[in-house]
Amino acid sequence: MASVYRTEDCQFTVDRDALIRRLGEALQGDNLLVDDEAMRPYECDGLSGYRQMPQVVAIPETVEEVRQVLRTCSEMNVPVVARGSGTSLSAGALPHPQGVLLSLARFNQILDIDHDRRIATLQPGVRNLAISEAAAPYGLYYAPDPSSQIACSIGGNVAENAGGVHCLKYGLTVHNVLEVTMITMDGEQVTIGSEALDSPGFDLLAAITGSEGMLGVIVEIKVKLLPNPPTKDVLLAAFNDVETAGNAVAGIIAAGIIPGGLEMMDGPAIQAAEDFVHAGYPTEAAAILICELDGSADDVEAQREHVCRLLEEFGSEDIRVAQNDDEKARFWAGRKAAFPAVGRISPDYYCIDGTIPRRQLAYVLQEMQKLSDDYGLRVVNVFHAGDGNLHPLVLYDGNVPGEFERTEELGGKILELCIAVGGTVTGEHGVGMEKINQMCVQFQTPDLNQFRALKNAFDPQGLLNPGKAIPTLNRCAEFGAMHVHHGELPHPDIPRF
Amino acid sequence: MTSNDHGDTLAQQVADAADNGTPLCIRGRGSKDFLGRTPKGDVLDLSAHSGIINYEPTELVLTARAGTPLAELEAALSESGQMMPFEPPHFGDASTIGGTIAAGLSGPRRPWAGSARDLILGMRLINGQGENMRFGGEVIKNVAGYDVSRLATGSYGTLGVVLDVSMKVLPLPEAEVSLRLDHTEVDGFNAVEQAFRAGLPVSGAAHDGEQLRVRLSGTKLAVDAGIRHLGGEQDDDPTTFWHALRDHRLPLFTDDGPALWRLSLPPLPDTPDLPGKRLADWGGQQHWLRTDASPEQVFGEAERLGGHATCFRGGDREGDVFQPLSPGVRRLHERVKTAFDPKGILNPGRLYAGI
Ligand SMILES: Cc1cc2nc3c(=O)[nH]c(=O)nc-3n(C[C@H](O)[C@H](O)[C@H](O)COP(=O)(O)OP(=O)(O)OC[C@H]3O[C@@H](n4cnc5c(N)ncnc54)[C@H](O)[C@@H]3O)c2cc1C
Ligand SMILES: Cc1cc2nc3c(=O)[nH]c(=O)nc-3n(C[C@H](O)[C@H](O)[C@H](O)COP(=O)(O)OP(=O)(O)OC[C@H]3O[C@@H](n4cnc5c(N)ncnc54)[C@H](O)[C@@H]3O)c2cc1C
Repeated sequence: MASVYRTEDCQFTVDRDALIRRLGEALQGDNLLVDDEAMRPYECDGLSGYRQMPQVVAIPETVEEVRQVLRTCSEMNVPVVARGSGTSLSAGALPHPQGVLLSLARFNQILDIDHDRRIATLQPGVRNLAISEAAAPYGLYYAPDPSSQIACSIGGNVAENAGGVHCLKYGLTVHNVLEVTMITMDGEQVTIGSEALDSPGFDLLAAITGSEGMLGVIVEIKVKLLPNPPTKDVLLAAFNDVETAGNAVAGIIAAGIIPGGLEMMDGPAIQAAEDFVHAGYPTEAAAILICELDGSADDVEAQREHVCRLLEEFGSEDIRVAQNDDEKARFWAGRKAAFPAVGRISPDYYCIDGTIPRRQLAYVLQEMQKLSDDYGLRVVNVFHAGDGNLHPLVLYDGNVPGEFERTEELGGKILELCIAVGGTVTGEHGVGMEKINQMCVQFQTPDLNQFRALKNAFDPQGLLNPGKAIPTLNRCAEFGAMHVHHGELPHPDIPRF
Repeated sequence: MTSNDHGDTLAQQVADAADNGTPLCIRGRGSKDFLGRTPKGDVLDLSAHSGIINYEPTELVLTARAGTPLAELEAALSESGQMMPFEPPHFGDASTIGGTIAAGLSGPRRPWAGSARDLILGMRLINGQGENMRFGGEVIKNVAGYDVSRLATGSYGTLGVVLDVSMKVLPLPEAEVSLRLDHTEVDGFNAVEQAFRAGLPVSGAAHDGEQLRVRLSGTKLAVDAGIRHLGGEQDDDPTTFWHALRDHRLPLFTDDGPALWRLSLPPLPDTPDLPGKRLADWGGQQHWLRTDASPEQVFGEAERLGGHATCFRGGDREGDVFQPLSPGVRRLHERVKTAFDPKGILNPGRLYAGI
């Protein structure tokens, strides 16, 4: 298979034997993998349509080892791709063909749960769910909860600014991280942020959060913990069409209610989830909303009455309130298992992550249906409806020649649709390798130049995760030439080849 | 576009200044001239670049030009029953949203509702080369590209001239109450933390050395539950004290006296050990202090406690007014500054000498 990396991003000269020798000195025992067989599990992340073997895989155990690896690579001008749990859906952790894949998997210790002050200190490889489990005895939890939370690492969450079903009320990773210690490409350790609520100078913590492993390697993280809400109610409402469900979402928020979670699934997603987890979903519905309300008991009761009234006004004829913890878990189970459920009805699926202004939902759904018909590929929809983050899943069969390429193309069209209505190509999964071309559509030349200048400020040699997230102007010129948008070329100022 | 959009003219002014190497002093309305190190350079006036560009209440998003007065935004928001959750301070009637975001200032609600940077969604920015750039957007979740909008928030205009900002807004609470309780500082803030853990809608917690002040904002039911839980006496008007605190109109701020310092600290139990009059806000994580102590002493104490200090008003505006940075972080600041403003013309030295 041809590399998905462009030639211009592979202009490094690597002496593999020398690299193995130097890294062997830097790392203990079995912390360096060099055989194809051993490295194979690292050739892709959660977006398995993209695969690439690295030169070597380094799995350090101490911060000092991380520093040595980075320093060595800096001296030898070798690219480095950091990897947490490898669940990225944008090929963010895809290895570089000339580089070192640096796994943080052995940094899996929870260093401290300061329950009085609600702060957890973590190594980057700690799994997201493990934080909430460790905090649970104190009635606390870590709010951002990606659906991949049993597997994904907190380091990967910071690098992607991960979200989850509770973001609408409790924020993204960027709102819940207090401090990050990272190693820059030249091997220097810097601590950014603090246990206080802000820091002097530039907000470098915001720059690092969501930087997709391109500014530094994160080796320690402090996050804020939140108290478990005393009461939670989960509602499920069925609708006869997706549009009214979309209007109900806007209506709830317009009424001044910010639910703990507000998710939508369309008919095919409901069906797939029901067949998989038997959550008791109304399979004849065109759409369901799952709404979680949390707070003190009185408050939740009042909100529940209000939301039920609104759902009815907006046309739901089937509104269910979970009666006990079991039923609450069941209402959520179908949503949380939506991706694997879809995985059962199709050989492969491709997850898209565009975000749109909520009011454009009905229009975007219609247009997506047209695209789906044009390409002859089915699209199943799961949304973080409350914050306008769509996850259309395109169903395809990777064994049918050309189908992945067509799927990718359809995905690209959907993302451009999101941009056209005032949205973005990625709400939470990151740009990675996957959406890099669409960055040329979303941003103009000065914006992209500024991103690159910022990257250079942290990594002047351009060794951290090269070829991802921020497209070169050459790439945009080529992409733009193939791809004229609204009859006008993006980046008219770039020479075309 | 309407005549209130001066983005292109402003970008040209910056580009010219970059060509000539002329430093610029970016100014909203100058209400915070006292803040930061002494402003220097030709004034780049943002006050005419004003007006709300887009406000869609059901999207919980508002976009406005930098020169828009906070008061105008607040009026538009309250008409739709919404607010800026970070409760920006008003220093004078004409404080602009651009100046507020550039200074990264947040009010008493911050620990529970988020800060200015937390609520920023997108920004149009002119860099030091006079290039007009756009980052983020008007949607709540957006991870495309580096988060430049948040990076620029609180940078005092040293990275770019803010043209427009998009931010998340939230519904106004249905009910609000302000309570006075006879607690010592640490006990009082612990009681507030317990109330918060019990799910009560805390939206302010301050201690003036004598009394604990607590504000509750939420549904009527939740606020009533909070009153039952905490006890204490209710203020007649729940906004009086909190607005005076937010806008620095309490005697601690307005009385003559030594320099006013702000300390931003980790959660309790530690409180700063420095001479002078002190008021604690943010549940004990933000302290306002009038003190004769030397900058070295104040910075040292803030560092010992794991936080940082700012000389907010008075004091030596030629020396460091913001907490000195560690060498590694300072180096990154220099490089980031160069990445945005290679000629060093945007508010040079306002934040740190050489930046
Ligand atoms: C079934 C499924 C459901 C998902 N649901 C969600 C969801 O609801 N919300 C959501 O936001 N995401 C979701 N994701 C995407 C993914 O789980 C997140 O992006 C997650 O944050 C990635 O974490 P990771 O540890 O797997 O990182 P990886 O995939 O290993 O890496 C991701 C990126 O982070 C960088 N990185 C990793 N660790 C470090 C480090 N220590 N220092 C510097 N850079 C580092 C890598 O270089 C790469 O660019 C889902 C994925 C799957 C497979
Ligand atoms: C005639 C007149 C009388 C006045 N009388 C009073 C009075 O009696 N009392 C009083 O308190 N005030 C008075 N003012 C000041 C007025 O209230 C202020 O102008 C106003 O409050 C706004 O200042 P600002 O918040 O925009 O922030 P500023 O103080 O202008 O700016 C704060 C910081 O942010 C930077 N900055 C500002 N805007 C941007 C931007 N768009 N992009 C990047 N960086 C930016 C600045 O460089 C600075 O570092 C008066 C003003 C006038 C013209």
